[in-house]
Amino acid sequence: MKTIVKKHPLAIRWFHWINFPVLAVMIWSGLLIYWANDIYRVGWGDKTVLKFFPDSFNKALNIPFRLAEGMSLHFFFMWFFAINGFLYVLYLFISGEWRLIFPNKKSLKESWQVVLHDLHIKKRMPPQKKYNAAQRIAYTGVIFMGIGSLLTGLAIYKPVQFNFLCNLLGGYEWARAEHFILTILFTLFFLVHIIQVIIAGWNNFRGIVTGFEVKPPTPPPVGEGTMEVHPLNELKK
Amino acid sequence: MTEKETIISEKQLRKKTIISFSVFIVMLVLAVVAWKWLHKQPDADGALKPLRTVLNNNERIFSNFFSNNHLAKTFPVGATVHKVRVNGSEGMSPDFDASKWKLQVIKSAGDTLFVTLDEIKALPKTEIVFDFKCIEGWSQITHWGGVKFSDFAKKYNLTSQTQMNYVGLITPDKGYYVGIDMPAILHPQTLLCYEMNGKSLPMNQGYPLRLIIPVKYGIKHLKRIGSIFFSNERPADYWYERGYDYYSGL
Repeated sequence: MKTIVKKHPLAIRWFHWINFPVLAVMIWSGLLIYWANDIYRVGWGDKTVLKFFPDSFNKALNIPFRLAEGMSLHFFFMWFFAINGFLYVLYLFISGEWRLIFPNKKSLKESWQVVLHDLHIKKRMPPQKKYNAAQRIAYTGVIFMGIGSLLTGLAIYKPVQFNFLCNLLGGYEWARAEHFILTILFTLFFLVHIIQVIIAGWNNFRGIVTGFEVKPPTPPPVGEGTMEVHPLNELKK
Repeated sequence: MTEKETIISEKQLRKKTIISFSVFIVMLVLAVVAWKWLHKQPDADGALKPLRTVLNNNERIFSNFFSNNHLAKTFPVGATVHKVRVNGSEGMSPDFDASKWKLQVIKSAGDTLFVTLDEIKALPKTEIVFDFKCIEGWSQITHWGGVKFSDFAKKYNLTSQTQMNYVGLITPDKGYYVGIDMPAILHPQTLLCYEMNGKSLPMNQGYPLRLIIPVKYGIKHLKRIGSIFFSNERPADYWYERGYDYYSGL
């Protein structure tokens, strides 16, 4: 017999798996658009450490000279991205799931312990509900990134009609740069997310498809998380 | 999490997992099929048909936000760039004879108005320094002078023409052509432009007369206007035919 625990509601699983390919298409079509004026780089003065994007990257992915295609895809899939994201946030509020995702007052301090734990510096994890403190910060951050992408996107899509928004974001060129930086952050989030999912293993991954997780058969061994009562620690008291 | 625990057998667990993953994989396959289907759709003026339909609907949605009170941000003359970019020479045949040029305004079939550059220059002049935006993604603060299209239309009594839905502009060699919705051409910042940086337009910027329309991407700022006509249907548009959005409004 197995004990299963409900983890992700059906709605959240759908929002998650709809967003994945839609965001991928948004980033892909964004690359096709960005190529036509690929001015961003990491560097100073004449020194360029990293060009966005290297010619070899563009060539390998067959990106050059597809601006019109990129725009038509971008302005088609933007609706799916916006509507799915909007419904997701609406659902978080209506269902109360936001309580499990938004950081609370302990999250900032705890997230550091999570990072130390994940880097194998610290053995003990702070107690958590559905998500640990680092996940709360990351998953809430990604919601704000989505909102940021929509706002910066709107500002560069219709900079005259929404000139108030465009000015608020620092003007047309800044809004474009912000839109780009957010995209880079999305891809970094994606990389870390994938690594964490692989490390977390099958039970965790199954959860975002089936909705449940299987509880470990025995309670966690006492050896874990007992550093405080280690004899040496006792001696220090 | 302690709430909503259920105890089930190994068999039930396997069954639940298989059902969920079957749905998951079916949806994944459907997504791939939809993507492939999209790319097999017929071409509609250079864009896949469903994408073209959405571009046109986006125009319908976002043109609701259009207003003559929404102005492109303007700058002091000192903010202009030193080197104005020249992008594209479609419609700019080298055999153009500027001395014979007159603007042709086709009011209706068989009723064409011919206007000289001096006559245009005699109309009230408007200058604008704004951030010129190319559809490629770059922008430049540039300085232009000319007559507002709306002033020009008033002066030449184009009242019934401006009741129509669109304006078409064509270069003298007919090599480049754009179509523009009437609200955009009548926008107070839209100019029939004959000056750049306070001097006569350079040849490669469309001498003697070009369009400056800050509520649109650069592709609509036709250089070297030969003729202007009015229509309720969309006039032919060079970049539209090559897959770009017809509206291209900012």
